[in-house]
Parts: sequence; structure tokens; C-alpha cells
Amino acid sequence: MSQLQPLWTPHKALTPTLNAMYDQRTLAQRLHMDIPLLLGLLLLSGIGLAVLYSADGQDTSILIRQGIRLAIAFTAMFVLAQVPPRHLSFWTPWLYAIGIVLLIAVLAFGDVAQGAQRWIRIGPLNFQPSEMLKITVPMMVAYYLGARTLPPTFMRLLVAGIMVVVPTLLIARQPDLGTALLIACSGAFVLFLGGISLRLIAACAILASASAPVMWYLMHGYQRQRVLTFLDPEQDPLGAGYHIIQSKIAIGSGGTYGKGWLNGTQSQLDFLPERSTDFIFAVFSEEFGLSGVLTLIAIYLAVVFRGLYIASQAQDSYTRLLAGSLVLTFFVYIFVNIGMVSGILPVVGLPLPLLSYGGTSLVTVMAAFGILMSVHTHRRLISE
Amino acid sequence: MKPIHTIKDIAAEARIIRGRMIAACFGVLLLAGLLVLRMIQLQVVEYEHFSTLSEDNRVKIVALAPTRGLIYDRNGVQLAQNTPTFTLEVVPENVEDMDALLLELGELVEITSEDIERFRRMLKKKRRFQSVPLRHRLKEEEVARFSVNRHRFPGVDVQARLTRSYPLGASAVHLIGYVASMNEEDLQRVDAARYRGTTHIGKTGVEQAYESVLHGKPGIQRVETNAQGRILRVLERTDPVPGSNITLTIDASLQAVAERALGLENGAVVAVDPATGGVLAFASTPVYDPNPFVDGIDSKTYRALLASPERPLFNRALNGQYPPGSTVKPFVGLAGLELEAVTVDHEIFCPGYFRLPGRERRYRDWKKWGHGKVDVTRSIVESCDVYYYTLARELGIGRLHDYLSLFGFGRRTGLVLQGESAGLMPSAEWKRKAKGQAWFPGETLITGIGQGFMLATPLQLAMAAATLSTRGVRLRPQVVLRRDDPATQETVELVPETLETIAPRLEANWQTIINAMTDVVHGPRGTARRIGVGATYRIAGKTGTAQLFGIAQNEEYDAEKVDKKLRDHALFIAFAPVDNPRIALAVLVENGGGGSKVAAPIARKMMDHYFQQVLDTADEQLILTATELPAAANP
Repeated sequence: MSQLQPLWTPHKALTPTLNAMYDQRTLAQRLHMDIPLLLGLLLLSGIGLAVLYSADGQDTSILIRQGIRLAIAFTAMFVLAQVPPRHLSFWTPWLYAIGIVLLIAVLAFGDVAQGAQRWIRIGPLNFQPSEMLKITVPMMVAYYLGARTLPPTFMRLLVAGIMVVVPTLLIARQPDLGTALLIACSGAFVLFLGGISLRLIAACAILASASAPVMWYLMHGYQRQRVLTFLDPEQDPLGAGYHIIQSKIAIGSGGTYGKGWLNGTQSQLDFLPERSTDFIFAVFSEEFGLSGVLTLIAIYLAVVFRGLYIASQAQDSYTRLLAGSLVLTFFVYIFVNIGMVSGILPVVGLPLPLLSYGGTSLVTVMAAFGILMSVHTHRRLISE
Repeated sequence: MKPIHTIKDIAAEARIIRGRMIAACFGVLLLAGLLVLRMIQLQVVEYEHFSTLSEDNRVKIVALAPTRGLIYDRNGVQLAQNTPTFTLEVVPENVEDMDALLLELGELVEITSEDIERFRRMLKKKRRFQSVPLRHRLKEEEVARFSVNRHRFPGVDVQARLTRSYPLGASAVHLIGYVASMNEEDLQRVDAARYRGTTHIGKTGVEQAYESVLHGKPGIQRVETNAQGRILRVLERTDPVPGSNITLTIDASLQAVAERALGLENGAVVAVDPATGGVLAFASTPVYDPNPFVDGIDSKTYRALLASPERPLFNRALNGQYPPGSTVKPFVGLAGLELEAVTVDHEIFCPGYFRLPGRERRYRDWKKWGHGKVDVTRSIVESCDVYYYTLARELGIGRLHDYLSLFGFGRRTGLVLQGESAGLMPSAEWKRKAKGQAWFPGETLITGIGQGFMLATPLQLAMAAATLSTRGVRLRPQVVLRRDDPATQETVELVPETLETIAPRLEANWQTIINAMTDVVHGPRGTARRIGVGATYRIAGKTGTAQLFGIAQNEEYDAEKVDKKLRDHALFIAFAPVDNPRIALAVLVENGGGGSKVAAPIARKMMDHYFQQVLDTADEQLILTATELPAAANP
């Protein structure tokens, strides 16, 4: 009885088959999950909950609510990861068309919240069609360009441009400048990845800066105020500039190592407005300092680069363009939010994905990652 | 026309997209690097700057109001104290519907329309996040009832604080005064640093005069506040230094006797200790309750006080200026003796009137048929007017003015209370300046009996009596017996302050006057002999009756027929015991009628109380003089 004997030893002939059965597809692959991406997202969600707990007066009820939202968002990611990219591709024109119709519907009879029409009621659900377009616009452009030869011809660029501009303008009219900006970006990223000529990009940039005065004219009062405040926050320290001044104080006073979790005076003592939503990064910076900020940015970059890697490994143009655009748009979120909280960009109401408290955009972001995972885990041995 | 589907070069397309992705990677790194640089700028380079701003944000310096010094009477009876009271306070910014709130609160706690009126007035002055008191002095059960329902009223809270209160209420209000909320004027006048955190300031009386002593020094608290300014934590604290406690020279029981004796009459009683100048009683009636002033008196009550014909707010002892009437006679008599206008035994015949040579007008004596032959003693004992007409004429207004001024007539006594009136000691020069008229000889005559232009305050009369009792030592009246600084344990005791000394030319002259005044009370013909009955000590006094309107030459003054407002003022000055004066006083009863009938009995009550209850009854000297009383005390 010196050694334990296995109860049953399979016949040697069966071994390769069995090995193939167990080894070829890991559990993650069968669930269509990408482990590095999933770990990164979970890590960010965890950090988000911890900061939120501190930012919102150490209230556990908000943690529960955010937890439920995260669960819904991760579920959305999981569900989308199961859908093979070719199904997505097939449904793309339809989804895009539905999105445009809903946007028009919102403008016609949507609910007004905080002076903007963004919501539409479908049965018991409040639904924000603009969120859906954050995904369907890059899908549509990728679908259109991916099915044709790359780099696209000028005519195709024009058609693709219209596909982006129409929903962008509709959303800007709601008005929701942040989302409009993101959707324009997501479309532009597809064009960029699709090989649009650099000369055209330069021309667009010149056109955009030339149209700035026109944009100024079209802006709402509060939007203009945000730009003015961005240019000179001190001009109105108790009004519009208050957010950005307090936010900079919070970040700056965090120093290298921060004031410690739950010890940020700016956040704990109510000086920092919107601290559980758009300005949560200021809370994080105050409490964890530069060391924490570098760690957080590193995690975000890891997620972005993993996403770009997935996009580069995709097997057709549609999935490459779509995945690349979604990841770059995710980065735009991060850049714009941190840029605005730290005072190098104007205040546009964009949340910091996975850290800010809030539901709808979270679901959209996670849905995008679901598509990325789907792209990565539905690859076939032979590229089509 | 191109075909819809061209042949795709998959590898070439993949190359294009990969190339762009590499470019995108660099773009991402570049922008991320930009963010990192920004963070380094904020968190490392400008750390000090933002750290300071953050500290400024959260740390505020709050002043701690010092505890105001207490006020006691000479026996330690509390006259002004700080009582913990509960105040219902509202922070306006936390209230959505103020009207509904007031209505709902009214069901729990009694809120009068005066409270609401005052609340709304203060609401306008304060900032939105500052607490505004709605109801002062909540009762215990009201506090309990509110506490149970507090959750229903965001922005409403019960604050416990020390409130000044005057346990004796209206008694001695004209001396003690009161504190009230600081107004704009006060805020500009005071040293802002010393008054940080303080809401109330002494407005009248001792509270006002000794403000700097009672106030103390504020402490400082460094506190952590949130964005709304709510204090969350105390970081550092320097305790405030309480103000000094003040022990007044007055005796609360004697004060009460004075006020009770004056009763419903309008009048004043001032009693002083001739040896020190310490004020023993300082009464002015009618009195009023100072307590409502502390919380901010409602305008209805205040208007009523202002409009009252009795003028309760008027400090008669300090500011009431009355013709001294016959109470001036001992001083005029002394002037006559000392200035050698008359001798002690010089006699004047009083036929009941006096006539200036060559003039028709008769200056009447109060005794229609005259006093007959009168010397200086008799002139005081019986209060003969003709003697003083004659003497005044002899002295002339110049000498009369100068000598009486020595006793403080027409000059402020120097009591610390604000706004003391100086009275009026007329002279030819004064009349020329004030009225632009020449002095008439007749005016000298009536000045000799304390009528005409001459005016004196009850305080001046009391001090003049005290000066007489000390044979010419004129002291400054003082109200503070002792100041105890609780912080340094230092005590400042009253030091008698001699203003000036009237050097007697002949001691006997003074004795003559004092003896005559003693006979006013104890002599068989004294005008105040009624109050001498049964006295166990000897009193020197002088009655006075100040006429408020002239009586025609052949008319009779009949008190019954005269309107109360025009009736004579009753006066009495006195000191006792004669040989060892311990108390000097002046009594004035407005429109009281005769000094002997109305004013003198009040003085007797005061003295009885003072000697029997206040001073140690074992005091040998008092008893001694009491047993040596002459039989003349009982006429």
C-alpha cells in the first residue's frame, strides 16, 4: 500500500482524442471570454466600487446599486460575447436603421431630463437610443467599408461620412454634446483604421477648426459657458468655475501618495461637486495620489492595448475595424474625462468608464467589450 | 462603372489596418503621456499650492465668545447671570417652504406672532446658511417635544447657549442696565477682534459702562468644515477668557425697599455710603423688565414702553433734573455762614413774605402768616423761605453760584453710567449766554430757595448730602465694590476717590447746619419730625417741595385742586447717623406734594432697613448713638 493506484486507466489509443477534448478549448474559450480583458475590467470595477464608497459618504446602498449595474453590464458583455461576429455583421444595417428611427423618435416625443431630450420610454424601460448608436455607428461604418476594398474611395468616404454625421447631429440637437462627440469619434476611428489618406485627415482638421465659430454660434448657453470656464476657470470661482477649481485642488493636494482612502478632505467634506459621477477621478487622485493615478492609467492602458491586440488579431476587415474603433473610443472616454477633471479639456459631461457611478453608458461600454471578446473567441482556424 | 464587388486583397487590407493600429497605439501612448504629465504637474510640481488651498478650504477659524462676567450686589446676590437656555434655530437654506415650516413648528412649540416678526426681520440680515433664532427660552417639555419630531424638520435645531438674564427682573434696572444684540453702530465702534463670536453687548447701565471689564477675551477654535461651512471637527482650541465678575456697591434688599417705598409713584431714590462714595441704592420708578431686551424686544412692547406717560425707560436718578426746592437751604445757609454774610445768631423777621426794596412784588413764604424771628438754625428746621430770600440777596447770585457749585450742583458727579445729566446751577453769566438776558435780582431770591432756573438730579442731591455729612469731602460716586478676574484671580477693590475737599472756614458753621438738619427730623418743630419718631439713630435731613408752577399773588395753593401732573415734587435729603454717617440719600417723588409727608418717610424706611438688616446690628457706634437720643425726638 505504498502507492495509490488509479481506479481506471484509459486505453492508450484514446489519449490523443481525450487530450484534444480537454486541451483544445479552455473553459474561457467555451464561454467566449478573454481572460486578460476580463481581469482588467473586473479590476477597474473593483477600484470603482472602492472609490465610489469613499466619494458618496461611505454609503453601502450606493455600492449595491452600482453592483447591480455592473452585474447588468457584465451580463450584457457576456451575452454579446456569445454572438458570432457574422451574426452581428448580418444585423448591422437593421440595427443602425432602428437606431436612427429611435433618435428621431426621441426628438419628437422623448422625455426631457435636465433640459435635454435623451430618453425614450418603452414599456417600463427608460431607454437612451444615443447609447445604442455608440456601437451601431462604428458597426455600420465598418460594415460598409469592410465589405468593400480598402483603402476606401472618396465616394465611399462621403457615404460613410454621412452615416456618421446624421446620428451625430441628431444627438447634438438633444443636446448631448459629449455623446455626439464620442459617436463622431467612433465613426472617425473606423475611417482612420480603414486607411483614409493622411492628407484628407489634415484637410478635415483644418475644416474643423475653421468651423469653430459656427459651432460657437450653434452652442447652447451652458455649453458656451463650459468652454469659457475651461479657458479661464478663475473668472467665476463660485459659479461655473467652481467645479474645475475644486477638482484641481483635490487632485493637486493628493500629492505623490495621496491622503489615503476615505481621507480626501475635498471629497469627504463636500467641496468637490459631482464627485461620484463625472468627477470621481478627482476623488481617486486625492486619496491615492500620483502613485495611484499611474497605476490606474496603467490598468486602463493595459485594457486598451489588449483590445487593440484583439482587433489586430481579428480575421476580417469588418471585425478589425469595429474592434479597433470600439477600443479607441473607450480610450477617448478616459482621455476626455481625466483631461476635463484635471483642467486641460473643457467640462463635457463624460463619465470615467467603470469608475463613475451611473448605468447606461456602463452597459454600452461593456457591450463593446462583449463584441471584442466575441471577435477574439470566434476565430476559426482558417481565416475567411 | 465599377463592379459592386471588387476582388479584395485581404492581406493588403490587413496590412493597412495594422499600420493604422500601430499609429493609433502611438497616439494613445502620447495622449496618456500628456495626462501623466498633467498629473505630475498638479500633484508634484504644484502640490504645495493645492495643498494649501485644500487646507484653506477645510479649516476655518471660529471665535469662541467669552462668558460674560456676572454682576452681584454687595452681599453676593446675583443681579445679572448667564443662564443656559434653549433656542429654536432655523438654517434658511435647508428649508423648502418657510411658511409651512413655521405653521408646523407652531403645533409643537409655542411661536407667537412677535417671534415670527422678529425672525423674519433677522432672516433678511443673515446669510442663507446661517442659523437664525426663531424662539428663545424654550421650555424643557418643548425641547423634548421638538426632539422627538426633529426628523420632520430639516434645517431646524435646538441650540443651547448662555443667555444673559436678570434674576431680580425690573429691580435696579436703571443701574444694572441690560445687554442686547449688537447693532451696526456697535459693530463699528467695538474692536472687531475682541467681539468675534459675540452677539450681545451692554446697552445701558453698568452692563454698558463696564462692558470692557465684563466682556472678557474671545477664544479661538480651528475647525474643519465642509463646503457648507458646517463644523465637523475641532482641530485646535484656545479657550476664551471669561470677563470679570462685578460686585456692585448696591444692596439688593435696600434697593427693593426703595422701589417698594416709591410704589406706584414716579420718583427716584439714591443712597450712598458717604465714607466711600459707594452707591447703596439707585432707584428710579417706574421700573421695567430688562429681560425681554436680551432676546430682542418685540416692537409692540417696546413702543408701549416708549409711549408710556410714566416714562419707565427714563433714568430719573441719573437724568431727572428737578428744582431742588428747600433741600438747597442747608447749603445756602452754610454759604451764608462761611462767606460771612450772616452770623449764627443773626435773626431775620419773617412776616410771611419778602419784598425787594422799591418793588411791589411779594415773594411769599410757604407759611402765610410768617415765622417771626428766625435765625439760621430755625430757618432750616422750619424751612423759612424769607430767611433765604434775604440771605440770597445778601450773597448775590455770583457767590451763591460759586459756593453751591462746590457741592457739585450744576456739575456731573462723575458716576460711570453713561449720559449723566449735570443739572443746572444758574449764574448771571450763564443766563446771558443761554438766554441772552440780564440776570434779575428776583431770580437770585428764588435761587436761594432752590426754585427758578436751578435744577439738580437726585444723584447730585444725594452726593451733596454726603459731602455735607463728611464736612466737605466730596467723593466721586461709585457703583463697583469689587471686580474679580476669574482668569488671573486678581481682585480690584473700590478705592474712594476724592474729587475735592471743601475746606471749612469754621468747623462750627458746619456743625450748626448739621445740628439744624438733625432738628429737622428730631426737633419738636422740624418739618420732618414725624419720621424721627421711634428712630434708634439720629438723622440729619432736609425736606423740600419743588413748585412746578407759579401761584398768583393772592391765590392759595391747594393740592386737591391741582392736576396731578402739575403738583409739587416732594424731596428729601438726609444722612445718618449724624455723628458717624453711614448713609446719605436723596428721595424725589414726582408730583408727590410735600417733601415731609411723602419723601421723608421713604428715607426713614430705607435707613431703618439699612441699619437693622444690612449693617451688622452689633455695630457699637450705631447702638451708641441710638441710646443717646434726646427726648426731643418725641414732640
